Amino acid sequence: MISITDLHKSYPPRKASGRPVQALRGVSLEVADGEIYGVVGTSGAGKSTLIRCVNLLERPTSGRITVAGRDLTTVSEGELRTARHGIGMIFQHFNVLSSRTVQQNVEFGLEITGVPRAARRIRSAEILELVGLGDRASAYPSQLSGGQKQRVGIARALAGNPKVLLSDEATSSLDPETTEQILDLLKTLNAELGLTILLITHEMEVVKRICDSAALIEGGRIVESGKVIDLLNTPGSKIAHALFPLGESHGTPGNTVIEIMYAGHLADDPIVARLSREFGIDVNILGAAVEFVSDKRVGRMRLELPGDLARNEAPIALLRESGLFVEAPAVNAE
Amino acid sequence: MIFEWNTMLPILGKAIAETFQMISIALVFTIIFGLLIGILLVATDEDGLYDAPLGSRRLGVLVHGVLGFVVNIGRSLPFIILMVVLIPFTRVAVGTSIGPIAASVPLSIAAIPFFARLVEISLREVDSGLIEAAKSLGATRRSIVRNVLLAEARPSIVLGLSTSVISLLNYSAVAGTIGAGGIGDMAIRYGYQRYDNAYLVTTIVILIVVVQLVQIVANRLARRLSHR
Ligand SMILES: Nc1ncnc2c1ncn2[C@@H]1O[C@H](COP(=O)(O)OP(=O)(O)OP(=O)(O)O)[C@@H](O)[C@H]1O
Ligand SMILES: [Mg+2]
Repeated sequence: MISITDLHKSYPPRKASGRPVQALRGVSLEVADGEIYGVVGTSGAGKSTLIRCVNLLERPTSGRITVAGRDLTTVSEGELRTARHGIGMIFQHFNVLSSRTVQQNVEFGLEITGVPRAARRIRSAEILELVGLGDRASAYPSQLSGGQKQRVGIARALAGNPKVLLSDEATSSLDPETTEQILDLLKTLNAELGLTILLITHEMEVVKRICDSAALIEGGRIVESGKVIDLLNTPGSKIAHALFPLGESHGTPGNTVIEIMYAGHLADDPIVARLSREFGIDVNILGAAVEFVSDKRVGRMRLELPGDLARNEAPIALLRESGLFVEAPAVNAE
Repeated sequence: MIFEWNTMLPILGKAIAETFQMISIALVFTIIFGLLIGILLVATDEDGLYDAPLGSRRLGVLVHGVLGFVVNIGRSLPFIILMVVLIPFTRVAVGTSIGPIAASVPLSIAAIPFFARLVEISLREVDSGLIEAAKSLGATRRSIVRNVLLAEARPSIVLGLSTSVISLLNYSAVAGTIGAGGIGDMAIRYGYQRYDNAYLVTTIVILIVVVQLVQIVANRLARRLSHR
């Protein structure tokens, strides 16, 4: 649905003597139809620049951006406006118009596309109902809470039935509880409307809760990307480690420390008990995390097996045979 | 000090009518051109909506620079000098340089740059995020100017307008001294030259009341328009 190829963006230097800022250095990304794709990264990594390039609020220096099969980097200004009708966007600070009521805000995009008044009324009522603001249509944004303002933002973005929603840190200025509600709403909209969502965030919680796929951006480059479930099974995945921090315990010298990851039905297998039973060894759990990632139960565990790696080949093989990803370092040194 | 209302009222009535006339005419031009220039100043600035009119950033820089320069000239001349300098232009424009209609020419030319700057300041205060949101919805520039910039800045522009009206009132009294008529003229002619303090006091009272009224109405209106 969204295809980004070798995207570069550099900003001209702030001072005449300075160097240009290279915010994006060759980003490529594929967002499949109907999925929720999260891009995470630290401050200054280029997240905002990236998402703003997708609907060309920011013009990339080079590279291609295709949304719904259309290359946006080559279209005229008028065609770009038309294309934007099919790409909704929501923002960290909501950006709703204080001079308009909730309903008028939602109708703004419809006014732009020339929808007649009566049809606008019907559509705005419908979409406000969908985002849970059916009773606040005539309120002004100043009378709403942050979460409600973001719902207005979402309703406004979706009023024109776009196929794609871009979210620029949409929950970053909300409290945890409201964040959850907004994320659940996005998930619902994704499922019910088949909406493709590309979001950027610095909160791993967002990825964990709603994303099907994720990418990690560092210094203007994508350093890791894929389906979240697959990333969890990828050796050394930074996203996986950030999603499931296992604490700092690294066991006793001389023993073998392994990390295993499991997803879906496997999570129900009593692995540790099985190891003890079949090999008669005492397995020490150093850290564990079980979470739901886009409705699938997944987990990571750091285990300490007695003795060096050579002594533990059989248990590790058993784990691998049962479909688990096992990350086994060399024998615990020191 | 004796108030002889029988002789004073007709004189006062005529003076107020003249002042009202010159200010009203000037206000119409001030609103139209002040808004236009204020919008252009913001839009042609760097990263503005029309920073590259006809696809040329140079043209944008030029328009912005020229407008800014002209506005500054208009603002740097004291009104009395501006008025004298403009006499030939006024004669060409309205056929005479005397009377309230003639006075509305320099009044407009003084108030337009003043109001334009106030409009510029109000528009700059509109959160750029709102403009982005409108762009993301596929809004045209014209729609952004109308539905975002002007709509969001409306309360602040109303307050700027009241300040401009009060300045116009001030200028109009000065214009009175060179044959524009109005209450300024009356105050000078009867109050100053004939030592009749009743005219001076009446003028002062009227000015104070009018300024207060303008401000109160503007504040109310601004509050009504503001939904922040
Ligand atoms: N308009 C601009 N002009 C110049 N440099 C910019 C501009 N916008 C962003 N940058 C620079 O580009 C880099 C990436 O910025 P960006 O806003 O995309 O980061 P981010 O990942 O969104 O960070 P944050 O989480 O803090 O919002 C930064 O070094 C930033 O200073
Ligand atoms: Mg950002």
